[in-house]
Amino acid sequence: MIDKKILDQHNLTQAEYDLILSLIGREPNLTELGIFSAMWSEHCSYKSSKLYLQKLPTKGKRVIQGPGENAGIIDIGGGLAIVFKIESHNHPSFIEPFQGAATGVGGILRDIFTMGARPIALMDSLRFGPLTLAKNRSIMDGVIAGISSYGNSMGVPTVGGDVYFHECYSLNPLVNVFCLGVAEKDKIFYAKTGGSGNSVLYVGSKTGRDGIHGATMASAEFGEETKHKRPNVQVGDPFKEKLLLEACLEVMAKGLIVGIQDMGAAGLTCSTSEMAAKSGTGIEIDLDLVPQREEGMNPYEIMLSESQERMLIAAKPERVKAVQDVFAKWDLDAVEIGKVSEGGKLKVWFKGEIVVDVPVAAIIDLCPVYRREYREPVRTKQEASTSQYPLPKDYGKTLLKLLASPTIADKEWVYRQYDHQVLTNTMLLPGADASVLRIKNTRKAVAMKLDGNSLYTQLDPRSGAITAVAEACRNLACVGARPVGVTNCLNFGNPEKPEIMGQFKEVTEGMAEACDAFAIPVTGGNVSFYNDTEGMSIYPTPVLGIVGLIKDYKKAVTPGFKKKGQAIVLLGENRNEIGGSEYLRVLFNEEKATPPVLDLKREKAVQELCLQAIEAGLIQSAHDISEGGLAVCLAECCVFSRDKMGCRIDLRDDLRPDALLFGESQSRIVVSVQASRLKKLLELAKKKKVPVAMIGRTGGRNVQIIWHGKRLINLPIKQVFNAWKDTIPDFFKIN
Amino acid sequence: MKFGVVVFPGSNCDFDTFYALKDVVGQPTTYLWHKDHDLKGVDCVVLPGGFSYGDYLRSGAIARFSPLMQEVREFAEKGGLVLGICNGFQVLLELGLLPGAMVRNKNLKFLCQLVHIRVENEKTRFTQKGKKGQVLKIPIAHFDGNYYAPPEVLKEIETNKQVVFRYSDEKGRLTEEANVNGSLNCIAGLINKRGNVMGMMPHPERASEALLGSSDGLVIFKSMKGMHDR
Repeated sequence: MIDKKILDQHNLTQAEYDLILSLIGREPNLTELGIFSAMWSEHCSYKSSKLYLQKLPTKGKRVIQGPGENAGIIDIGGGLAIVFKIESHNHPSFIEPFQGAATGVGGILRDIFTMGARPIALMDSLRFGPLTLAKNRSIMDGVIAGISSYGNSMGVPTVGGDVYFHECYSLNPLVNVFCLGVAEKDKIFYAKTGGSGNSVLYVGSKTGRDGIHGATMASAEFGEETKHKRPNVQVGDPFKEKLLLEACLEVMAKGLIVGIQDMGAAGLTCSTSEMAAKSGTGIEIDLDLVPQREEGMNPYEIMLSESQERMLIAAKPERVKAVQDVFAKWDLDAVEIGKVSEGGKLKVWFKGEIVVDVPVAAIIDLCPVYRREYREPVRTKQEASTSQYPLPKDYGKTLLKLLASPTIADKEWVYRQYDHQVLTNTMLLPGADASVLRIKNTRKAVAMKLDGNSLYTQLDPRSGAITAVAEACRNLACVGARPVGVTNCLNFGNPEKPEIMGQFKEVTEGMAEACDAFAIPVTGGNVSFYNDTEGMSIYPTPVLGIVGLIKDYKKAVTPGFKKKGQAIVLLGENRNEIGGSEYLRVLFNEEKATPPVLDLKREKAVQELCLQAIEAGLIQSAHDISEGGLAVCLAECCVFSRDKMGCRIDLRDDLRPDALLFGESQSRIVVSVQASRLKKLLELAKKKKVPVAMIGRTGGRNVQIIWHGKRLINLPIKQVFNAWKDTIPDFFKIN
Repeated sequence: MKFGVVVFPGSNCDFDTFYALKDVVGQPTTYLWHKDHDLKGVDCVVLPGGFSYGDYLRSGAIARFSPLMQEVREFAEKGGLVLGICNGFQVLLELGLLPGAMVRNKNLKFLCQLVHIRVENEKTRFTQKGKKGQVLKIPIAHFDGNYYAPPEVLKEIETNKQVVFRYSDEKGRLTEEANVNGSLNCIAGLINKRGNVMGMMPHPERASEALLGSSDGLVIFKSMKGMHDR
């Protein structure tokens, strides 16, 4: 008997249960209920987010595949396509940081190679609570070790990402994992069954009791009892996945299979029903044939296990043997567990009895969609009236303090644990504005960047989202790449709370507006709701994964100054804005006021100027101004330079000096230019109607910033470098 | 000079090594499958980096039992040229073709970074295109690269000039900071007494194109190629 208690355990409402009854015309058994529970979970069904995601632009002339598949696909010419996606693994990473993060990497990798692409890059967007708390350090240490363990072993480089720290992530870390692969355009694979009579093969690791109900877990708030959920987290085996990757790509290259789908969230349930639903067929499987690593598993457990490193393949019956031979070569199981059938039903057999018999459409397509109640976010109208904050007494010390703030500080401690060079394509070290990988046997390079400042979206969800898109594009512009597509991971609190839904609505609207303005299609992504622990929600955190192209990889530009004596030019304009800045947060512990205002037209003009200047070979370096403002940006250009050269800056803007140095006004890029090219750059700027100013010169051993003749900052580069470099390692020192 | 790159389950620098040898250095190169007993007539066997068999028991511990390794051992015993890079070096240690063992890096973390290594012995078939004391900029990427050998073995290695590379700073000085993984005597690369089997932790295939930050690794591949040309 299904009662209220069982429904609660399955996170299903009475109304949802009534719908199930009407869809299948009888009371479901427990296995069937488990199937509905998993597939109708927020994580799998997008039931609260669907209405809003529909507003995102998804079309474009390069788009081969938009949202709805395992990953998005963009045509990059020359018969090649890039396949990419971002996904969250927040909940598992909180419960068990190492395995949670590791299996996040494993899952996103499968999403990419299941489409026929060889993964060539991983990135991670990570959010942790303050490192002053031991618990947060241990989460961060575990998450990074988990990512490192899985990605390194797979031989896919982790080439970049970002790490932010904030109190709101203290009991709710975010682990968003991005992967990009390259495929031949005419060899892309989808989750298709190809028609009745085809064989259904189970390949990869054996099924165990791990991860049962992972999807449902990720669709609820966490409380004190969360510790008991540890068994819901899966355990990863990157070695198995590496074999699975090679075997899958081999059967694809040999044209032996019809369709393929990975077993991620909701395992066998999701892969069987999704493949059948997408092809308009049914599917029948026999659980006795499923390779199992534990004794006595029941149908419920087998169908809902989230054991990792498994795939479901559809193949013509006459090809089954050839498929099995390839998997045997890689020492993997490939077992025929069923057939594609007519009639659109998922039928599951266990010990000679039928244990599941439901229409796949009911599971996949008929899940309810919610228009949840929402409340407009409360915006602090107050402009950061600068007069309420005293000016810094010592601007140099303020700069050092900002450079040492964990969000701004050097992340080498993190990325040197990742193999970021395997596959020998990585042109820029992690830490640059964007990661750049050459595409072998072409002159092209692909650039990618993850970005999202959640303080901006907290203060103003809509404008924060616009800024996130704009900034990610700006990061691409700084290396010389034009954006071609975007994937997003939307991390929010409980959507049943109207204020959270209000944030979500505004963030998606803002993203849609910005993506439209930049004409970049959204090719998919992931929504992670219920990032609440013990009643506290995270700040709304949209993470953008933007991918761009560079026509000639030799033209890629890096952020560090190159030669002494070169002109430093600011593209864009300084404004009197300090709202939402890292400066206010670090110095005054203040998070009020309006975040920087962004004008999309200006933003596009600045980016276009930077791109054209790079394409014409006019500039030597480019770095975007973001957290910490102009002063931090200049300091970074110095520490990124090869010989750690300084700079001398002369500013004359009539602004409050703290806003000028540390404010985070948008649409600004700092570039360095050879003397002989300066005139050309200024002319180009004039043509593009972008305000530019020569603000100083590279060289010397100090970072010097002068304002109206007053020396505000004069620090030896070594001191600047150390402040930035030591913060994170110091938190993790082994004594 | 025909190169063979061994593919174990879990190897993941096999493509990179193949690419560097074939496309960058321009030598005929072929893959060698671990389950075969066929070296396909190559002049040099390269054991690439990666995580053979997941490195689950101990880095390189299981790969030594792969069928092909019988042939590799015989090949080495007959004087054939064998280069082990990173995991390949670990396999050679497990196989006993080189002395010593690897333990966890001293900071107990995986380390992926550019390091400098100093050429200690330029009279080998792997370094003859280099100069003594020359400093090469080559990346490392490993968890277990902290070289260990008992004192008497270490002494023998040094006496026989079997140390080919040591971790150093960019000026060639041996410092604690430059010895990133904590290896005894800063050992980054070792050769056998006979001079035909070398293992190194840094990845020369990742330092084969200036585009990717350094082309210093070519010294090694070109030395091996040069050996045969003469």
